[in-house]
Order: sequence, then C-alpha cells, then structure tokens
Amino acid sequence: MLPCSGRVEELTLLRAFEKGADGVMVVGCLEGDCHYLTGNLRARARVKRVAGILDKVGVGAERVEMFNLSAGEGTKFVQYANDMVEKIRGLGPSPVNVARQRKAG
Amino acid sequence: MKTESRLERVLSQGQFAVTTECGPPRGADPDVVRKKGALLKGMVDAVNVTDNQTSVVRMSSLAGCMILKQMGFDPILQMVTRDRNRISIQSDILGAAALGVNNILCLSGDHQTFGDDPEAKNVFDIDSIQLIQLVKTMRDEGVFPSGKELKGAPRLFIGAASNPFAEPFAIRPLRLAKKVDAGVEFIQTQCIYNLDRFETFMKEARNLGLHEKVKILAGVTPLKSAGMAKFMKKNVAGMDIPDEVIQRMAAAPKEEQADKGIEICVESIQRLREVEGVAGVHVMAIEWEQKVPEIVEKAGLLPRPAFS
Amino acid sequence: MIIGQQKAIEALLEMLSPYDNILLVGCHGCVTVCRSGGEKEVEILSSTIRLARETAGRPIEIREVTLERQCDPEYLEVMRPYLEDYQAVLSIACGAGIQFVAEKFPAARVLPGLDTTFIGVTEQQGVWAERCQACGDCVLHLTGGICPVTRCSKSLFNGPCGGTTTSGSCEVNKEIPCGWMLIIDRLRSTGQIENYRKILPMKKWRSSRDGGPRKIQREDLMG
Repeated sequence: MLPCSGRVEELTLLRAFEKGADGVMVVGCLEGDCHYLTGNLRARARVKRVAGILDKVGVGAERVEMFNLSAGEGTKFVQYANDMVEKIRGLGPSPVNVARQRKAG
Repeated sequence: MKTESRLERVLSQGQFAVTTECGPPRGADPDVVRKKGALLKGMVDAVNVTDNQTSVVRMSSLAGCMILKQMGFDPILQMVTRDRNRISIQSDILGAAALGVNNILCLSGDHQTFGDDPEAKNVFDIDSIQLIQLVKTMRDEGVFPSGKELKGAPRLFIGAASNPFAEPFAIRPLRLAKKVDAGVEFIQTQCIYNLDRFETFMKEARNLGLHEKVKILAGVTPLKSAGMAKFMKKNVAGMDIPDEVIQRMAAAPKEEQADKGIEICVESIQRLREVEGVAGVHVMAIEWEQKVPEIVEKAGLLPRPAFS
Repeated sequence: MIIGQQKAIEALLEMLSPYDNILLVGCHGCVTVCRSGGEKEVEILSSTIRLARETAGRPIEIREVTLERQCDPEYLEVMRPYLEDYQAVLSIACGAGIQFVAEKFPAARVLPGLDTTFIGVTEQQGVWAERCQACGDCVLHLTGGICPVTRCSKSLFNGPCGGTTTSGSCEVNKEIPCGWMLIIDRLRSTGQIENYRKILPMKKWRSSRDGGPRKIQREDLMG
C-alpha cells in the first residue's frame, strides 16, 4: 500500500518486469494536486528513468507509463487502464517472457 | 636598453610604436608566413607570431618568428602556459633568445576546449604573471627560477596582454598592476571598439601610476562587415562592441562595409593616440593582413623609425 | 566526498559478456551519498543487467552485496566467502575501492562499474560539483576559501584571465562560474581585497599527483 505515487521506486518497476510483467502502469494525482506536494513529480521522473533503462535493455520504454488523475475520476481511470492494456496487447509479450518461452520450448 | 629589441628602442625614445600580428599556417609551409611578411614590410616595429591561438594547432610561434626574422622583421614570440610546463618554458626561452628573438609576449592561453584537441592534457603549470617573473629573473638575475646560475642570459623584452573589457571590469586595472609588479615592460590590449570604456580603464591605470612603468599598446582590429561585428559581440568572450559601431557598419551597403571598417579602425587609432598613457598601437587584422599597410598609412603612422 | 558516475549500460554489458554469474558490490560510503554505487544502485543495476541479459537470451546470475566501505581491508573481508562462487566481481565503488578489491583478492576478475570523477560537494539534491583537486598543498586561506586549482579552468594563481564573460562565467562553459571572479568577490566580502595585488608564486606541484603516487604514514597509528 502506497500513500503516494512518490513512494514508487525504480526497483519496484524493474522487478515487476523481471517477474514477467508485460507492462506496468503508474497512476498518480494530477500535477499540482499532490497531497505531498511533489511526490507525483518525483514518480514521473523515476518512471522516465525506468523507461530509459527498459529501452537500453531491449524491453521497450513504452511498456511503462505514468498517468495522472484525481481520485474522483473513475471513468478516466477505466479509460487509461483500457488504453494501456490495448497498447501492451499490441506490443505483445515482453521480450523477457519471449526469451523465457524460447528457453523453455 | 635591456635588449636588442627594436620595439624597446622605439618605445624608449618616446615614439608611438606600431606592432601587428601574424598567424602561422596550419601546416609546414613556410611560404605562407613569407607571403604575410611581404605585405607588412616597413609597416611595423615588431610582429607577433601567435602560439596555437584558440588551441588550434598551427606551426610553432618560434618557427614563424625565425621565418620573419630572416625577412628583416623583429618578431615577438608569443608563449602560452597552456601547453608547456616550466621546464620546457625555460628551455624555449633560452632557445628563442639563442636564435635572435628579442621579444616575448607572456600569456596563459585559451583553454584547449576551443581547439581540435579538447582531449589533450591541460598543463598550466604556471600562469602568465608567473611567466613574466620567470623571464625577468632569467634575464636580469642570470639565474633559473630554481636558483641555479645560467650562462648566457636570455635578453628578451617582456610583454603581456591586457583585456580592459573582460569582467570583472573593476579588477582589470589591478590585474595590469600585478603584471607591472611582476616586471612586464610592454602591454598589448585586446581590440578596442568601446573607446569611452577604454578611456575609463586608462584613467584608472594612470591613477595606479602604471602608464609610467609599462608601455601600453592599444589593440585594434578592423571589422570586415556588420556580420563580423555582430558575431564577435555575441560569441567572443571579453569583447565589447558598442551598438553604435555595429549600426555604423550596418548602415553602409554590403560592398562598402569593409571600407567602413577600415575607416572606423583608423579613427580609433587617431583617438587612441591622444589618450594619455597609450604608447603605441597593435593592429590585429586576422586573415586580413593585406589591409595593415592601408590602416597604418591612413592613420599617419608612416614612415616607421629606422635604425642602423 | 568522492563523486562518481555509473558507466553506461552498454559498456557494462560489454565488460560482462564473458561471464554468466557475478558478484555486484556496492559501497555505503561516498557513492551512496552521490547515488551512484550504494545499496539502491546495486539493486537497480542488478535488475537492469538481468533484464538485458535475459532479453538477449543469455541470463546472468548476480549476487548483490553492499559493503560498509571498499577502502578498508576489514570491510572487504566480508566479501571473501562469496568470491569462489562467482566468475567476476563488478564493483560500483570509487576507483580506490575497486582497486582495493582487486588488491585484496588478486585471483578475482575485478571490473569497474563506476567512473570516478571528482572530489566534490552536494550543491543541491541531485547536483554534485567539483571542489578539490587533492593537490596536497592547500592555499584556501589566500583565496577566500575558493580553490584556484579546481575552480579556475586554467588553475591560474593570479587570475582571472581575459576570457571571463559578461555574466561572470568561464570562457570554457557558461555553466561554470569564473573561479577568479568568485575569489575576488569573496576577498571583497571578507575585507581582504588588498591581498589580490600580491603575486602568488609558482605552485609546487610535487605534493600533487605530479610527484608520483602518494602515501601517508603515521607511525603513531601503525601497528
């Protein structure tokens, strides 16, 4: 349980991909509305850093993304989630999973 | 007279001196230097040969000096401390003096990031002020900085540069004072376009009594075009080109801008001659050496004094 | 503190290509403070390398260890039991630490994961800047507490040069303040501006790395 997206660490995101995630969504409050003032800005910077790493390691930056919305924007959350799922489906399984399948098969 | 330098002689006789600059080629062809020299014959009292200016590799200053010396000029060796440690500096000073060079301009040098070899090791073992002291010690005390005696003191007339326009403006006269304290005998300034500001600088230099201890040669560079003026204003650190100068250049039609630049340069020289404490002029017409005779002549500086 | 920067992932992967299992060692000292080689960085880097190798079809096993420091022999001993299980050691300590690992474990293949850059300070969170060149002969009392060797790009002792820009920056890079302008301002603000006129003599570089690699021995402390 996180009090704020600012508590999301790069390691958490990277480990998710190691565990087999095909994509990771980070959702934080609207910029300017962070209860802890800059937590969501820090999250965005970290997501950007992880995206850069994912490109360098051959997984792909597009598989991690940050979204900002307020707690009351339920429909927007659904829309973002669907968009993300669509995007990841389009990209296919993460190259990590592909490599693992190949090794197993 | 401390040396055989023609420049020293002209200055000590109280005559308004004229020097200019020659940039050596980016190759080993001596004729490039000879051609530049041919344009300058009889126009100046001494010629500087630059030392890997802006850290761009060129034929060495000493080589350029020797070529010009063979043509009858009295060259000024420029030496930067960027590339040499104190050992090679002392050695090069002895070598230059042995080959008959009579003048040295002591500089720190532009940082190597400006040139083609930014990965080179930075030397800067000593700075320009320490270099002035070093030359003076070798010449007047006949010892190396280590204290060991040297046989055959290098008789070089000692010069340095001064930039009245760089920040912090207020400290520039004091920095010149430091060079004087170190033993400098002549100064060539960065090229002057803002004459008012230069006069302010000279006023402060006179307050410090510097004009009586060192011969200051005011630097001038003719502008070729309004574009050149704008470029220099924007990109060259420590350069002050007032807007009115740029406007004067821009007001002239493109084909006439070069002549306008010469006109402004000549006017500047004439005004600078009237400034108390200015002992001469240093004309830097980089890659435009063919205009030096015209400038010197129009400024009323010919003929140059002749010595037997 | 000593500031360093991790090498680019491409360079690290190149270095690691002969190996299938490695020890990745971090340090709780300086490199933790400058966020380049501490425990967190060990974890992130390990995850990064594992992902890269897996997607390339050549998984790698990484044991993650962060030592108190890598520059003291007692702390390095902690690593000794793990060494024989791994083909190489990738250290993200500073250059001194990396070398000490190689020195204490001469049979190990030791790889540098960090480029050690300078001795510096934290100007603000996430920004570290150089302050000291370890010249061995400190003159800060003469220059208002600002180092001419380090802060002046030309290490002038009687600066400034003629290249200071109108905004007070160094001719080399406008992000660098002119070291001598800083010194002059500080001499002024501390009432010491008359010192500026004094000519500082040629520096004795022998106490610096120019005199050869250095060592200090304290007999009162030696065993």
